[in-house]
Amino acid sequence: MRDILRASACCLAMWLTGLAVPSHSGGALSAQGFEDHRYTTADIETGSRLYTAECALCHGSNGDEVDGVNLRTGQLRRGSSDDAIRAVVASGVGGGRMPAFDLSEAELNGLVAFIRAGFDPGGVAVRIGDAEAGRALFAGGGDCASCHRVNGVGPLTAPDLSDIGAIRTPAALQRVLLDPDGSLIPINRPIRAVTGSGETVEGRRLNEDTYSVQLIDSHGHLRSLIKADLVEYEVSQRATMRPTTLSSEQVAEVIGYLMTLQGVR
Amino acid sequence: MKAPAWTGVAVTLLICAAPLTAQVSYEQILNAADTPENWLTYNGGYSSQRYSSLTQVTPANVAELESKWMLQDQVLGAWQSNPIVVDGIMYITQRPNDIMAVDAVTGSVFWQYRHTNDDGTRVCCGANNRGVAILDDRVFMGALDATLLAVDRTNGKLLWETSLADPALGYSITMAPLVVKDKVLVGVGGGEFGIRGFVAAFDAATGEEVYRFYTIPGPGEPGHDSWEGDDWEHGGAPVWVTGSFDPDLNLTYWGVGNPGPDWNPGQRPGDNLYSDAVVALDADTGELKWHFQFTPNDGYDYDAVQVPLLVDTDWNGEARNLMLWANRNGYFYVLDRITGEFLSGTPFVKVNWSSGLDDNGRPIPTPQPEGMPTWPGNQGGTNWYPPAYSPRTGLFYFAAWEDYSTIYAPEEAEYIPGRMYLGGGFSVNTPTPGAPAIGIGRDTPINTWTDAVGHGTVMAMDPHTGKPVWKYEQFDVSDSGMLTTESDLLFTGGREGHFHALDARTGELLWKTSLGGQIVMAPITFMVDGKQYVSVISGHALVTFGLRD
Repeated sequence: MRDILRASACCLAMWLTGLAVPSHSGGALSAQGFEDHRYTTADIETGSRLYTAECALCHGSNGDEVDGVNLRTGQLRRGSSDDAIRAVVASGVGGGRMPAFDLSEAELNGLVAFIRAGFDPGGVAVRIGDAEAGRALFAGGGDCASCHRVNGVGPLTAPDLSDIGAIRTPAALQRVLLDPDGSLIPINRPIRAVTGSGETVEGRRLNEDTYSVQLIDSHGHLRSLIKADLVEYEVSQRATMRPTTLSSEQVAEVIGYLMTLQGVR
Repeated sequence: MKAPAWTGVAVTLLICAAPLTAQVSYEQILNAADTPENWLTYNGGYSSQRYSSLTQVTPANVAELESKWMLQDQVLGAWQSNPIVVDGIMYITQRPNDIMAVDAVTGSVFWQYRHTNDDGTRVCCGANNRGVAILDDRVFMGALDATLLAVDRTNGKLLWETSLADPALGYSITMAPLVVKDKVLVGVGGGEFGIRGFVAAFDAATGEEVYRFYTIPGPGEPGHDSWEGDDWEHGGAPVWVTGSFDPDLNLTYWGVGNPGPDWNPGQRPGDNLYSDAVVALDADTGELKWHFQFTPNDGYDYDAVQVPLLVDTDWNGEARNLMLWANRNGYFYVLDRITGEFLSGTPFVKVNWSSGLDDNGRPIPTPQPEGMPTWPGNQGGTNWYPPAYSPRTGLFYFAAWEDYSTIYAPEEAEYIPGRMYLGGGFSVNTPTPGAPAIGIGRDTPINTWTDAVGHGTVMAMDPHTGKPVWKYEQFDVSDSGMLTTESDLLFTGGREGHFHALDARTGELLWKTSLGGQIVMAPITFMVDGKQYVSVISGHALVTFGLRD
C-alpha cells in the first residue's frame, strides 16, 4: 500500500524546497566545503568579547536597544551585508549617533561573526554578502530565476522564494545552495507518476495521504492523483537543484539577496 | 392557567414506564456482551475487547454505509472522547469538560452539562477528555482540574463533585472513569508536572472516596526502594487511560505512565516502580495484587497507558486468563492476568533502546549515544489508542507507528511545584535538518512531515507468535483506536481523516470515507430500533453511520 521511495531516474525532472541554482559547469561542485562560507569559532569568540566591551553599552546585551536595529536577528538600518556592518563600525554614523571604532581586520571580522551567529558563541556564523550583487546573480550567473519565482515573476515549478528570507536562516539557505539533496524537505520531493491512461505526470509534491497525492506539475498546474489509479508512482530523494559552483563570495551575495525577500508583510 | 385534566394521567404513565429503561445496573455492565445494542463502558465491556456481536453490517454490505447524522463540536481542539450509548441515548463529552446527552438516532441534544475548571488547572498536552462512565441514573466524568463528578442522566443536573488533588500542582483527569460494582474508579494525569500518581475509588452514590492506590509506593511500602531520596514524592507515574476489570478474579488492571522527570533517568536512579507498569488491584480495597513493569527507569516517555485487554484463550495447549498488551516501548506482551507472569514479549516495530527481553520480560537496556536516534520515538510504537480483539479471528488489532524515532537530550531538572518537570527535551529524527516533524495530533490538512519521519500501520497481531498476520499501512501516523465486530469487520481511522472498514481476517479495505479531520478516538457501534449504527469522531464532527434505508 505504502509507496516505495526509489532513487529517481536521471530523466526525471526534480525540484527542491529552498532554491535552485543549477550548475552549468558540472562536476566541480564538491570543491566547496561549508567552512569556506563561515566564520570560525575563534572569530565568534573574539567578537563576543569585543561586543561586551565596546558595543553592549548602547546596543544592549541582546543587541536590540537601538531603535529599529536588532543585531542579534540581523535587522539592520544601514545595509545588511557583512561589508556594510564593517563599514558602519569603522566609520560610525554621523550626527553623533554612533562613534567610529578603530579596530583591526580580525576584530571587525569577529564582530560580524558574533552578529551572524545570533550572539550565540556556539552558533554558526554564515557570511552574508552584498544583496544587490546577489540579486544580479540570482537572475544571471546563478541561474536561480529560471526555476524559482519571486514576487510574482518567474516559473511556478520550484518553490516560490518571495518570503524565503523570513522563513529560513542564512545557515539553512547556505546549506541548500551547497547540498541540495541533503536539504530537500521530504514533502517537496519530486514525484513521477504514470496514470492508467498512460499519461506521465512529473512535479513537486504538495501533500499526500494514504490514498492520494497532490502536486504542482511541470506545467505549473495543480493536480490531485488517486494512487489506486496509477500504474507507476515514484518519489525521488534527489533534488532537481544541483550544488552551486558559485564562489564563496558569490554564495554570500546570493544569501544576502535572499535575506531581503521578506514576503508582503 | 389551569392544567388540563389529562396531565395527571400522563404523569402516571411516565412514572410507571421509567423503571423499565432508566437504570444501568452493575449486572448490565457486567454482562455488556448480552446487550450489544448498548455501548456501556469506554471499551465496550470490562474485558476491553471493543468487540461487538452486532452483525447487521457485514463485509458484504459495509459499502452501503451512509452518514445518518453529524454533531459538530463547538469547542476547538482534538476530540478524543468515546461515547457511551444506553437505550438509544448517547453520552459524549466535548472539550474541556462538557457532557451531552444526544439522541443516538438523530444527533439532537437533550441536555448539556458544563463543568468550569479551576483557574489553576494545567495540562501537558491539551484540554482532552475521553468520555464518561454510567451506573444506575448517574453519569460520571473526570475533569481537567482533577475533579470527579456525577450528573443525573435524565437532566444533566450535578449530583456530587469531589476534588481528588490540587490542579495547581499539575493533577488532572482526562480519562473516562470505570464503574465497578458500586464504585467509580479513576486515575490522574500529570506525569509532566512531577505529581505522585494514583488510582482512586469513589462511592457512586455520594462521591466519597473509598480507597486510593498510589502508583509510587511511600516509605515502608514494597517497591519504595526503587526510588532514591525524595524522588518518589514527585516521580509522576500517572494513570490517564481507563483500566479493565476481571469480575471472576475481582481485579482491576491499570496502565501506569512515565516517571518524572521524563527524559533524565540518571536523575532518578532505580526502577521507579510502578511507573510504566501494569498494576492489578483488588476491586473492593485497591490492594495491589501484582505488578509487571515494562520499562524500568524509563528515559523515553514510554508510558504504559495502554488499555489492558483481557482474553481467555489457549496458551501452549492450556486454557489461560491472558492480558494482551502492545506497549509504547515497542514490544507486544502476553501476561497471565491471574499472577502477572510474563509469557512472551516481541518487538512489533524497530526497537533499539533495548536489545531484547530476558526470561522475566525485563528489557536489556541499550541506550543510544548522545545525539543518536532512539526507536521507537517519544510518542512510542503505539500509545493510548484503544486496541481491539476478536475471539473469532484470535487477532489483536492496534495502531502502530513505524519508522519513527527521536533524539533525546536529557538535562538535570529541578522540581518546582506546578511547573513542568521534564528533564531536557527531544526532537523527532528527520531526514533533513529542521524539516517538519510529527507532533502530538495534527493541526493542518497538509502533511509536510510525510512518511519520511514515520507512518501508521493497523496491525493484526497473532498473540501466539508475536507477529502480525496482516498490516494495513497508512501514509500518516494514526492515533485512532479500533472496533471489531462479529461479522469480521474492523473499523478504524487515522490522522488523515479517512474512516476505514477492513476485513478483520485479511486486512482488505472494504469501505472508506473521508471525514476530513483527524480521528483520535476509537469508533463504537450500537443498535436502536433494530438498526445498527457506527459512530466515529473526526476533527470536530461526530459522525454516525448506518446502512442505507
